[in-house]
Amino acid sequence: MNTLATLTWKVGGAQGEGIDSTGDIFATTLNRLGYYLFTYRHFMSLIKGGHTNYKVRVAESPVRYHGDDLDILVAFDQRTIDENAHELTEDSVLIYDSGKLKSLVIPDGIQVKLCPVPVTDMAKELGSPIMKNMVASGVSAAIVGLSADAFDSLIEERFGKKGDSVVESNKAAVRAGFEFTMERYGVLKQLPNPQPADDGGGHLFISGNEAVGLGALAAGCRFLAAYPITPATEIMYTALAHFPRYGGKVLQAEDEIAACIMAIGANYAGVRAMTSTSGPGISLMQEAIGLAGISETPLVIVDVMRGGPGTGLPTKTEQSDLNELVYGSHGEIPRIVLTPSTVEECFYYTAEAFNLAEKYQCPVIVATDLYLGMSKQSVPVGAIDFEKVTIDRGELISDEELLALAPGEYRRYAVTESGISKRSIPGQKNGRFVAMSNEHDEGANEEIEDPETRVQQMAKRMRKLNAFDPSVLSVEYDGPETTKWTLVGFGSTRAQIGEAVKHLQDKGVKVGHLQIKVVKPFPDALVKRYLSGAERILVVENNATGQLAELIRARVGFHDRIQSCLKFSGDPFTVEEILAHCKLEQGVGL
Amino acid sequence: MATMKDFRTKNKPTWCPGCGDFTVLAALQKAVAELGLEPEQVALVSGIGCSGKISQYFNSYGFHSLHGRSLPTATGLKLANQDLTVIAAGGDGDGYGIGMGHFVHTVRRNIDITYIVMDNHIYGLTTGQTSPTSERGFRSKTSPQGAAEEPVKAVETAIVNGASFVAQAFSGDVKQMTRIFKEAISHKGFALVNCFSPCVTFNKVNTYEWFKEQLVNVDELENYQPEDADCALRVLAEANGTVTGILYKQKRPVYHEVMSGASDVAAAKLDLRLPKEEQQALLQSFR
Ligand SMILES: Cc1ncc(C[n+]2csc(CCOP(=O)(O)OP(=O)(O)O)c2C)c(N)n1
Ligand code: SF4
Repeated sequence: MNTLATLTWKVGGAQGEGIDSTGDIFATTLNRLGYYLFTYRHFMSLIKGGHTNYKVRVAESPVRYHGDDLDILVAFDQRTIDENAHELTEDSVLIYDSGKLKSLVIPDGIQVKLCPVPVTDMAKELGSPIMKNMVASGVSAAIVGLSADAFDSLIEERFGKKGDSVVESNKAAVRAGFEFTMERYGVLKQLPNPQPADDGGGHLFISGNEAVGLGALAAGCRFLAAYPITPATEIMYTALAHFPRYGGKVLQAEDEIAACIMAIGANYAGVRAMTSTSGPGISLMQEAIGLAGISETPLVIVDVMRGGPGTGLPTKTEQSDLNELVYGSHGEIPRIVLTPSTVEECFYYTAEAFNLAEKYQCPVIVATDLYLGMSKQSVPVGAIDFEKVTIDRGELISDEELLALAPGEYRRYAVTESGISKRSIPGQKNGRFVAMSNEHDEGANEEIEDPETRVQQMAKRMRKLNAFDPSVLSVEYDGPETTKWTLVGFGSTRAQIGEAVKHLQDKGVKVGHLQIKVVKPFPDALVKRYLSGAERILVVENNATGQLAELIRARVGFHDRIQSCLKFSGDPFTVEEILAHCKLEQGVGL
Repeated sequence: MATMKDFRTKNKPTWCPGCGDFTVLAALQKAVAELGLEPEQVALVSGIGCSGKISQYFNSYGFHSLHGRSLPTATGLKLANQDLTVIAAGGDGDGYGIGMGHFVHTVRRNIDITYIVMDNHIYGLTTGQTSPTSERGFRSKTSPQGAAEEPVKAVETAIVNGASFVAQAFSGDVKQMTRIFKEAISHKGFALVNCFSPCVTFNKVNTYEWFKEQLVNVDELENYQPEDADCALRVLAEANGTVTGILYKQKRPVYHEVMSGASDVAAAKLDLRLPKEEQQALLQSFR
């Protein structure tokens, strides 16, 4: 199934058992050695117990998807085996904690190579059961042919503060696991070739959420207000870790309503400001999104989508906020909705969101999802480059321009052909205006209900985005002019669609991949152009109602050619699922 | 130097003749002028309600925001540019109904702004419904049998949640109101001024005369200690809340000086670009 040279590894157990730390140690070490990784965390909305796992896919070149299958599964409990059996193949290696799992049950029909290791007992003998993550790392290192000291530098970094004895005992735990495994099983799996960066080190190892935080910082964002919510909280953590050093302010608000309004207040005052949230929070922000629209205040919101509705699936991925982002809030406002599809795009699109918000003086939403937001992955050094971020603050009126006006002459909401009017910033002399939630006249002196002024102001605002050029950011097409089918998606599904397309191409099928990266304003002409050569169109999205497919139908047509490939279980698509859909629905012989 | 006139706009207030909000506006214009502030240094944020229209009549930068959301708007504004004098204003429904959550949290944070509530014990703009400050038994369109709830104790709530400046004023006494506004604006930290501001159109109970009869002025109380929260709470309890004057004040750290990212330079005046070495170091930490 894998067309890339890859190795997949997963560790699983009860939440609170050190699964994350085991995964993190293994992954960070491999990244530093020069492998490209994609990691995916499966977790539940509880703190202890349940089932959690951490998967790492290792490759020679950048990977965006954690893979359908598993080469190695490290199981701390039976549930890990039960819940992940579908990823096991006859070539898989199953390492399990033999002290704890005395009566191991392997699901029917599954053949794996069994490697019992008394992981917890060994850790206990070395001083503490907590160190089983280190024993498991040592075991894993041996199975894939890494040396026993591969983890040393990371251990020194992580535990150095706790003293030499802690460092030494952790190293000893790794070695114990390593030696035990080498003696009994030896190297069973082949790692792909490492590709160290030019300076000999690893790649950037970063999640979509972290990239969003860095993108904001690169764009000059110096204010973030947010309310904690999975899977968006890491954006706030990233801001907290990096903004304050540059005078950037981070505030945990009392709720999302406050967070969004604070970001509006801060933007009004001239700082580049944002908020970040997920589904339920976006719902609370809808009123404020309208406020930004009518008051023409720049605003950047990041929505890391999760399973809905209600509190839905807080720890699972979904792409079901699309309609709300495109249509939400009462009344009608100009808005921009960006849907980056890679970690790099999370960085650049977030940065660009600040330019767009100031240029068009309107809300800009950056929509990602749990899968893209929380999965850490390796990207080449240089792929995220602060220098490549341009800063365009849009139509700010200068002090000189204001002073040249007679007192009171400045009109914040002047009706212009472009729909954009020059913005003053509080503190500027002679630039006074009231940002208005009510309909208003050009001078924003007073709310109005006069039909003529209303129509003028409304039309002015709706004109703003006429200048928006969709050719720059909005779509990416990979494939021939005419296809048997074209697969279409937005956001994080890009990776699996891409792998499915590649697989089909390898089989000699004429396929294309259209990735839509701006959903509002919808890039009608471009989408039409790329889809017109497709015999059939398959829209792949993580929701139950086919929201993107609906949008394409509404904007460009092709009703008879469009079919949906949907998934809303909370798990990301597998490549096989997309291919199976092609086989079934599209009558393709593979 | 700016005078009171410089803080007037050409808009004629649309308030009903006799509305208490007129004197609030006048007192505020007088206060800022007497403090020597210039219009461009001030930002007045208001919510929605008759009272919320104040930002349109006050010649400074302003934000006529959403119902109940003047405080988070003002918070964002102040944290973006601490050099501005930020004032939030609105009604009792705006501040203590829909905005009650923000109210308590803004108090707790001690955001350095002045918050003026025009408290008429009723919803004016939506034509006369019961408000969170209406007395129990108050009859209105939405409480034909008389309100079943106890009124919100807003100033007491502010005091027990650590407010650093709490005062009440009355639209019938512009002199005291102006003096209180001046102190509130000069105060470093969150300053609440709850102003009894009668609605002459819809509230036939809590009229100017009614307030005059009820009000106790702490300036006239012997040995009133505005630094003593217990004393303030006691006087408020005895007078059923209808007390004017500076009720309570204390020194507390101001939010923008202690929050994460606190800086002497206003956020709106910082460089947008990071120095190249900083960019490199930052990216290095992700390897
Ligand atoms: C979310 C929302 N709900 C309801 C309203 C309608 N509304 C406008 S003003 C108001 C109440 C005004 O009362 P108050 O805040 O006491 O101000 P007053 O008019 O008495 O000065 C209400 C309910 C609104 N604008 N927004
Ligand atoms: S309705 Fe009441 S609060 Fe509103 S303007 Fe008239 S008197 Fe003032």
